[in-house]
Amino acid sequence: MAASAAVRSSMGLTLRLSRVIPDCSTCPLFRLKCNAKNVANLQRRGSFDSLRTINRHLQTSIGLYHSEEGSSNAEHPEDVVNVVYIDRSGQRIPVKAKVGDNVLYLAHKHGIELEGACEASLACSTCHVYVSAAHFDKLREPEEREDDMLDMAPMLQENSRLGCQIILTPELDGIELTLPKVTRNFYVDGHVPKPH
Amino acid sequence: VLIYTPALLFCCNSNELDVNLSRVFAGGCGKASLSSCSPKVCIVGSGPAGFYTAQHLIKVDIYERLPVPFGLVRFGVAPDHPEVKNVINTFTQTAKHSRCSFYGNVNVGKNVSITELQQAYHAVVLSYGAEGNRSMGVPGEDLAGVYSAKDFVGWYNGLPSCRELSPDLSCETAVILGQGNVALDVARILLSPIDILKKTDITQPTLEALAESQVRRVLIVGRRGPIQIACTIKELREMVNLPDTRPDMVAADFDGVKEALKDLPRPRKRLTELMLKTALEVPGEKEQERRSKASRTWGFRFFRSPVEVLAEPGHSRIAGIRLAINKLEGSGDGAQAVLTGEVEDVPCGLVVSSIGYKSLPIDPSVPFDSRKAIVPNTMGRVKQAAGLYCSGWLKTGPTGVIATTMNNSFDTARSILEDMDSGTLDMSAAKPGSQSISALLEKRGVKPVTFSDWEKIDNVEMKRGESRGKPREKLLTVEEMLHVAWT
Repeated sequence: MAASAAVRSSMGLTLRLSRVIPDCSTCPLFRLKCNAKNVANLQRRGSFDSLRTINRHLQTSIGLYHSEEGSSNAEHPEDVVNVVYIDRSGQRIPVKAKVGDNVLYLAHKHGIELEGACEASLACSTCHVYVSAAHFDKLREPEEREDDMLDMAPMLQENSRLGCQIILTPELDGIELTLPKVTRNFYVDGHVPKPH
Repeated sequence: VLIYTPALLFCCNSNELDVNLSRVFAGGCGKASLSSCSPKVCIVGSGPAGFYTAQHLIKVDIYERLPVPFGLVRFGVAPDHPEVKNVINTFTQTAKHSRCSFYGNVNVGKNVSITELQQAYHAVVLSYGAEGNRSMGVPGEDLAGVYSAKDFVGWYNGLPSCRELSPDLSCETAVILGQGNVALDVARILLSPIDILKKTDITQPTLEALAESQVRRVLIVGRRGPIQIACTIKELREMVNLPDTRPDMVAADFDGVKEALKDLPRPRKRLTELMLKTALEVPGEKEQERRSKASRTWGFRFFRSPVEVLAEPGHSRIAGIRLAINKLEGSGDGAQAVLTGEVEDVPCGLVVSSIGYKSLPIDPSVPFDSRKAIVPNTMGRVKQAAGLYCSGWLKTGPTGVIATTMNNSFDTARSILEDMDSGTLDMSAAKPGSQSISALLEKRGVKPVTFSDWEKIDNVEMKRGESRGKPREKLLTVEEMLHVAWT
């Protein structure tokens, strides 16, 4: 148990370190922010809206990497949204976020192991989270494309959403986001081969 | 008990850390120098499995046969699904991290053996995927005009080995066997308006062939019924919404499906509802008009299995395909297709068999299960082979999207880290890692392509694409790729 706990925490540490010591110039998100040409790659209007979202939050996240911890939220307390991430080992990680923050990029900023393979363009399900019951209904209804991708996520539940589609509002204060335990359990309970 | 903390090893290079590490490893390494005591791991294959496994490992070398990385993300994902390829940015971050080294143009199994890799590294991870395909096993399969989906997809995505495919698109009807997402990708590429495709990274030769294509009707054929279909809703929706096309289904195929809806889990239910709507619902005026103007049709055909590909009399070109008619026994995922004895001939000029990819053995020293076409393993640890691991399709079989492979690969990385921690993986002897492999390769006249070399190829492709309004114009031969890499 100790060994696996150590592995988990070291893997988490690896992840946190790999995310929290960025070399911004090599980061594709930074390039994306600077390079408007990527718009040409996105063919659907919906994707373009996602690009706008990415850029808007990139400015927030990249700026914060270079600033002192805590200086981002002190100014306007009514903007603060308290979020708790519950990672795959069950550990609770409280985070002070702001109205307008994107749940996926917020997780990245705090070294939480929530992947975003398609970079918030509704083309994967790697940012799948479970939303606390008290807050689930306060979220905006998912668009059809989000539901389509959610259908692909393993261990789908009634309170499943894609993290990249959740933008924090004041009423979401106290929201708890649980990362599904998708690794070992994945094959234990009647794994069905997934499409490709 | 000394807890192994891999994070320490890559994040700091200071002498102070060296001193701490020597204390940590004093027991195991004996008199060996500190740098040679660091764990050496390599991965064979640079697709999603390779890169996601690398993401969680300390110091890792990735070996790739082609000069270019990313595997099926580059060569499998359809050109009109560019967002799915965004994951390349994550992989690029991993590759450019100082702890990761990419060695392209190295054919493991030919230029260097698995045994030699095992001598150089403490752990070797096999993530080379599935480059073979399941054959239909029917007469006429080798006739001109019959292709595997794997090769067809490789062709439109610029896989060098598929460059000469030159499929004949001068027929009206194409039949695709299999109803998974790959089958739908092929159908969509065959029927998409050229104006849409020409803005993607589809290869120029494919674009030219499709511009001349006479294919107007695509049938996507499956052995079982609508409730067993293997594709997912996103891809079905794309077909339903494909400009200038209309659906052409057989209403009788959907008997009993509506009644079964209520018991289906959400993903299956939503998919089936969309299919029912497309197949049975009388369209509104606007949709009716759109359909009547459409110049191309697509449709599913259910309860059909291929029994023979028919040739034109006296020719070796395909004239049609003979399909056996099935009935279903059982229901849901476990339903079985059973022959009824009846057959049906469908005239067509193109057959694409999309019934699954298949992994191939890389090296006689590696255990291989030929029945399942995977490397036998437990949680990614290769059975009866210490120091050998696997991830991705080679580990679980060739199904799953990038997210599936991601979880699968994280699991393997976890197994490796656990084994290092517990001592199951023998770390007592120092290993030379890439130093010795690079020397071996040089002796054999093999020059690896580095990640910066790949970036030169990447830039050339993007630049060439720019003038055509495409995200990139892919280089189509290994020779061209190497030329750009090393100039």
